[in-house]
Amino acid sequence: MAAKPLNGAQTMIECLKREGVDTIFGYPGGNVIPIFDAILDSDIKLILTRHEQGATHAADGYARITGKTGVVLVTSGPGATNTLTGIYTAYMDSIPMVIFTGQTVTGSLGMDAFQESDISGMSFASVKHSYLIKNPNDLPRIIKEAFYIAHSGRQGPVLIDLPKDISAGPCTAPFVDDVDLPGYKVPCKADQEGVEQAAATIRKSKKPLILAGHGAAISGASRAVKELAEKLGCPVSSTMLGLGVFPASHELSLGMTGMHGTVAANKAIHECDLLISIGSRFDDRITAKLSEFAKQCEVVHIDIDPAEYGKVIRPRHFLCGDAKNVLEQLLPLTEKLDSAAWLKKVESWKKKYPLSYPKQGGLRVQHIVQTIHEITNGKAIVVSDVGQHQMWTAQFFKCDYPGQLLNSGGAGTMGFGFPAALGAVIGNKTGFPVCAILGDGGFQMTLCELATARNHNLPVKIFVMDNRFLGMVRQWQDLFYDKRYSGVQLENNPDFVKLAKAYDIEGLCISRNADAKRTIEKAMEINDRPVLIHCICEQEDNVFPMIPAGASVDDLLTERPRKILEKPTGGT
Amino acid sequence: MFPAHSISILVSNKPGALVRIALVFSRRGYNIDSLVVSPTLDNSVSRMNIVARGNPETLAQIIQQLEKLVDVIQAKDHTRQNVVEKELVLLKVRCKPEERTELLQLCDHFKGITVDMTEISMILQVTGNSDKIEAMLSLCKKFEIVEFVRTGKIIMMRGESKT
Repeated sequence: MAAKPLNGAQTMIECLKREGVDTIFGYPGGNVIPIFDAILDSDIKLILTRHEQGATHAADGYARITGKTGVVLVTSGPGATNTLTGIYTAYMDSIPMVIFTGQTVTGSLGMDAFQESDISGMSFASVKHSYLIKNPNDLPRIIKEAFYIAHSGRQGPVLIDLPKDISAGPCTAPFVDDVDLPGYKVPCKADQEGVEQAAATIRKSKKPLILAGHGAAISGASRAVKELAEKLGCPVSSTMLGLGVFPASHELSLGMTGMHGTVAANKAIHECDLLISIGSRFDDRITAKLSEFAKQCEVVHIDIDPAEYGKVIRPRHFLCGDAKNVLEQLLPLTEKLDSAAWLKKVESWKKKYPLSYPKQGGLRVQHIVQTIHEITNGKAIVVSDVGQHQMWTAQFFKCDYPGQLLNSGGAGTMGFGFPAALGAVIGNKTGFPVCAILGDGGFQMTLCELATARNHNLPVKIFVMDNRFLGMVRQWQDLFYDKRYSGVQLENNPDFVKLAKAYDIEGLCISRNADAKRTIEKAMEINDRPVLIHCICEQEDNVFPMIPAGASVDDLLTERPRKILEKPTGGT
Repeated sequence: MFPAHSISILVSNKPGALVRIALVFSRRGYNIDSLVVSPTLDNSVSRMNIVARGNPETLAQIIQQLEKLVDVIQAKDHTRQNVVEKELVLLKVRCKPEERTELLQLCDHFKGITVDMTEISMILQVTGNSDKIEAMLSLCKKFEIVEFVRTGKIIMMRGESKT
């Protein structure tokens, strides 16, 4: 008797194994029961989150820390729509992810069947690609393609919509090893002639600057960036997602640039005569007022995405390819630049404008972040949420390793940090502890994942920075809207320690700067289960430096001005 | 008003491809004036001819974004290139027998043909580039135009080079 053919769900799981998937983040529902059934017969680990959005952020965190493709499995209808924020977050930060959504049976498509949602239609604008499978024998090919697309070129999320009759029905198609995608091109190395021309421009520079972005981190270019910087004698600034690509402790490091970046990094971008951007897309948080941005320098733009060429600024040279490959092409053509005077100038900015914060007053997020850095000797993975604490984390957690600081950059998704930290814990092979640094606002958006953390005893340190405000919006209302606070007061926050206890999670509390060290040390000793640290912070602290949206480096604020400022012209 | 651009796209015949392409245009504020989808020599590939209007600086970006779509094999802007451009219009005019001669003369001038005729109406078929069609429609305004349908523009590179 011939062996019974696999059903679609079993085929799917076999395909995932062949892609090297060891973990799925998911939430079940009627239209994915066959797939959840098939998971039972595999050794793939299923992480059941408490909300589909949490599953996508967790898969995102897992993908960021491992470099592998994160896998999400949810049901149709609301299960699928709940993933949209997570998909969009991954899309904005170029995170490889494959999302499987259940779907009603093919015969009911378009009939408003129970829990039917046109998820591929809804997600078009935030996926790298998507599929709706209508023939079970397409499964092996489509899954192969999806993983290839998600993880190659400029990475991103790929959605596969899987009707229930496909997953439950037989699949007789063979497994495939290759993809045939005539319209899909993956840039690898840059055009050599272009590299040579760029090298010639670089050789002329006396005031060079490297801007290291997320693309450099994703491509594993950090050693090449360091080599280039040292060879040229070139200072390095980073975008927020590029922090750690170049060691913060290196003498050539200027830290983060942009809205809340260091004064030195922002002044350097303004005054350099050459900007080598490695895997940054010139986000408006980096450029501030575009007409004033890097206007007196030549730009060498290295990016794997050809569509980034000229999107925001028109570079002198565009080198399209994987950052690491392009730098390896560029390195032999470069030599030490005559940059001594420039380095001296940059160094003087670093000395004159160090990042700082007031030491008086109540507990400050900056102090918590610095203390974590101190206790762990900088050897920690830090996952932040979105808002003021994110900026303070980026400013004060000095990253010496790429991939140390994970957060939602492009999308700025509140609620991302906690579930992403859980995914990071699961994928973490660094041996560093994982600290989630969260605001009281963002944490409350996805705190249901406390149950997931407890369920799997994930050793995550959950720092909840509680200032009873949505701090970043409050800061804008303070600086630009005459302190007219609207919708930013988080009254009746829960007692977060009690909340942790309700989930059977240990809770600690810090309310004074003086207590921070002892309590954080205690939290760091707990390594077999989650621990929540409730930090009761200064209520109305502001993030500086700050370049108001749409303004330029000349308008950079290093402290709270006395007068009310003009309302910002830039987006956010 | 922004000038019109003629864009030619080769696209894999996959569900959703049209939506993905349309989204690139709408997201960057481009209006699609006409869109023609047709088969090619290769069954798995379709040709799209799109005429669209918007900020010219954005167009290069749009072409790059189109090229990036997994289903798009190639996207080219053929504006002001050496191409043959054609479209076809069907024009229904209400016309009394005494007006016929003038209308037929007009049709003849534009090398059009009549494809339907009744006691009180006529359908004319005219092909040519968009300017010619516009001129024809404009001259026919003195008659009572009931409706017209245009196919939208198709383009092909002259000589040996492929579109």
